[in-house]
Amino acid sequence: MATGPASETNPAPAAAAADGDDVLLRVENLVKYFPIKGTGLVHEKEYVRAVDGVSLSIRRGRTFGIVGETGCGKSTLARCVARLHDVTSGRIVFDGQDITQLSQRRMRPLRREIQMIFQDPIGSLNPRRRVGSIIGDPFAIHHLASGSERKRRVQELMERVGLNPEHYNRFPAEFSGGQRQRIGVARALAFQPKLIICDEPVSALDVSIQAQVINLLADLQADFGLTYVFIAHDLSVVRHVSNSIGVMYLGKVTEIAPADELFTVPRHPYTGALLSAVPVPNPDLSDQRQQIILAGDVPSPILPPSGCRFHPRCPKAAPVCVAEDPPLEPRLGDGPEHPAACHLPMAEGENLADFRPSISERERVVEVDGSLLPDGAEPQDIAGALPARGEGGTP
Amino acid sequence: MSMPELRAAGISETLIEEGDAPASKKIEGRSPWRLAYERLRADRAAKIALGTILVIVLLAILAPVFAKITGHGPNQQFIDIGENANGGPVPPSSTFWLGTDNNGRDLFIRILYGARISLVVGVLATAISVALGVVFGLAAGFIGGFVDTFIARLIDVMLSIPFLIIAISVAYISGPSLWLVIVIVGVLSFTYLARIVRGQVISIKNREFIEAARALGAGPWRTMFVDLLPNVMAQVIVYATLLIPAAIVLEASLSFLGVGVPPPTADWGSMISDASGFFQYGYWWFLLFPSLALLTTTLAFNIFGDSVRDALDPRAGIYV
Repeated sequence: MATGPASETNPAPAAAAADGDDVLLRVENLVKYFPIKGTGLVHEKEYVRAVDGVSLSIRRGRTFGIVGETGCGKSTLARCVARLHDVTSGRIVFDGQDITQLSQRRMRPLRREIQMIFQDPIGSLNPRRRVGSIIGDPFAIHHLASGSERKRRVQELMERVGLNPEHYNRFPAEFSGGQRQRIGVARALAFQPKLIICDEPVSALDVSIQAQVINLLADLQADFGLTYVFIAHDLSVVRHVSNSIGVMYLGKVTEIAPADELFTVPRHPYTGALLSAVPVPNPDLSDQRQQIILAGDVPSPILPPSGCRFHPRCPKAAPVCVAEDPPLEPRLGDGPEHPAACHLPMAEGENLADFRPSISERERVVEVDGSLLPDGAEPQDIAGALPARGEGGTP
Repeated sequence: MSMPELRAAGISETLIEEGDAPASKKIEGRSPWRLAYERLRADRAAKIALGTILVIVLLAILAPVFAKITGHGPNQQFIDIGENANGGPVPPSSTFWLGTDNNGRDLFIRILYGARISLVVGVLATAISVALGVVFGLAAGFIGGFVDTFIARLIDVMLSIPFLIIAISVAYISGPSLWLVIVIVGVLSFTYLARIVRGQVISIKNREFIEAARALGAGPWRTMFVDLLPNVMAQVIVYATLLIPAAIVLEASLSFLGVGVPPPTADWGSMISDASGFFQYGYWWFLLFPSLALLTTTLAFNIFGDSVRDALDPRAGIYV
């Protein structure tokens, strides 16, 4: 973890340094569609566009935070990077090697380098197996150690993450939530990986335990030089741990910025709205500030809106937003490390609540661009697309 | 807020989190199996049923000993003392403890030998069912797609053909034998188990710990047998204990219909079949005792199976 966002003294451009030596992970135009089975004769006609053209690069030893609402595709992105899902198109380059199309067999040696920590500390541990054997899994699967050697190394790991090594023979159900997450961390750490993808590692924990786990992750990063992809929906947690942050909305990255800059100078109106929703501990300040309540709901990722995907809910929406998908590039004189995908980015100190969209409700349509659909469905209004929302969640 | 509420609210959490608690070292980790065993031990019905099963097993094992005590072999005919003037069975006496059958054979000894057949068929046929059910269920649930469709259709086809018709046809074609009965009963009753395993696997395979195993690089075999199988074992064990009595009844049915274990081997099904023609003439013991043996055995297994299911239920109380 970063010692703090302020330590970003050398903000190397995340996008521009794409070919630099210190880039550990580069994702290029990553797309992941999940087919939904059609009924009757027409099969797989529709797709959930979970991740739709995401590009980012992450530097060695840093923490890259990803935030976004439930169902915006952040977990799918993480699972694609870990190659738990096959990607639809795009490229994943890890440590200079293109891993996009590697078979599961050829992916195996790379599993030691890329590890994952999961959100659910209960669901990610097999309830029928003892903790010692769960943490020993990496050694068993890759034939790294067996017998007493394995036990010794597992107990070392348990000690390292703050678990009592005596509890080697216990079952996951006998641990608290925080301890279970430590078990997950120990398992991910067994290989001494280069990259750890943390998929909402603290969302299921209560606040005091969150801090413990985050501090543990920070200590481990300092000791082993780990690189983290840190997914969360808690903005203050992400700000605390990340060097830079990517904001996702409906399968796309809307803005990437160094952690502090994102909070002080958000460019994308969606980022602005998200930030206004962060709880403020001081009730007086909290009363004073203006929250931006976005109209409507997140549209279905099956039939995403045309142009900028945020336009049906954006206070600044204009006709250009409906017509054209804005590229992710630096806006309003920002450095290359701070790109935003917005035609009408927010100026510093701008109040979103002062704006009204310059397009009418009628114009705010959800359209299908038909790129992957055999015979392009009819344009549909937002309300019509909403019933499919349940299926659109991150799988 | 009362103390227990405080505890629930996270006080105990903090204490555990610190991880020293010298007392906690002494608390043995109790596995789910251990908990189930303890619940089973506290269940009176289970203990009675298990006791009955053990007695039956013991009697089956000791059948030759009883044959020696009475001096009556299982297939030995006593035309002089074992039949009445009309050639019918004689009632229970000190010589023939449970009477004789229509061929003048000792009914008690034949019931003991019949228990051997029933138990062997019950256990071996169930073993075949479990092996097939687990393999097909795991494959269908885990691999999915074409394999799943194929296995599901196969099961549908097997379920749509009446069991007895298949069994009788096969036995008729290849001639009845004990091994054939075991294979027929075993193969024909794996379908429900395969469905149960398949359903369980489908519900479990999307849990995060399966994803975690994949992220660690575990192959499909390891995932199936190390990660998935322990999670479906409880259901498999419950169903297996209920399959044993079902297999015993099926074997008896086949023998009753004359396509099971070939005569003169002592078998409950064929004994009941023989006796059914004599019941109306007042030879009640001939029908009653083999039927009681069958009833007691299947009832004991069924009650025990029910108790196992209760004991393995994760919603049951942890402490007993």
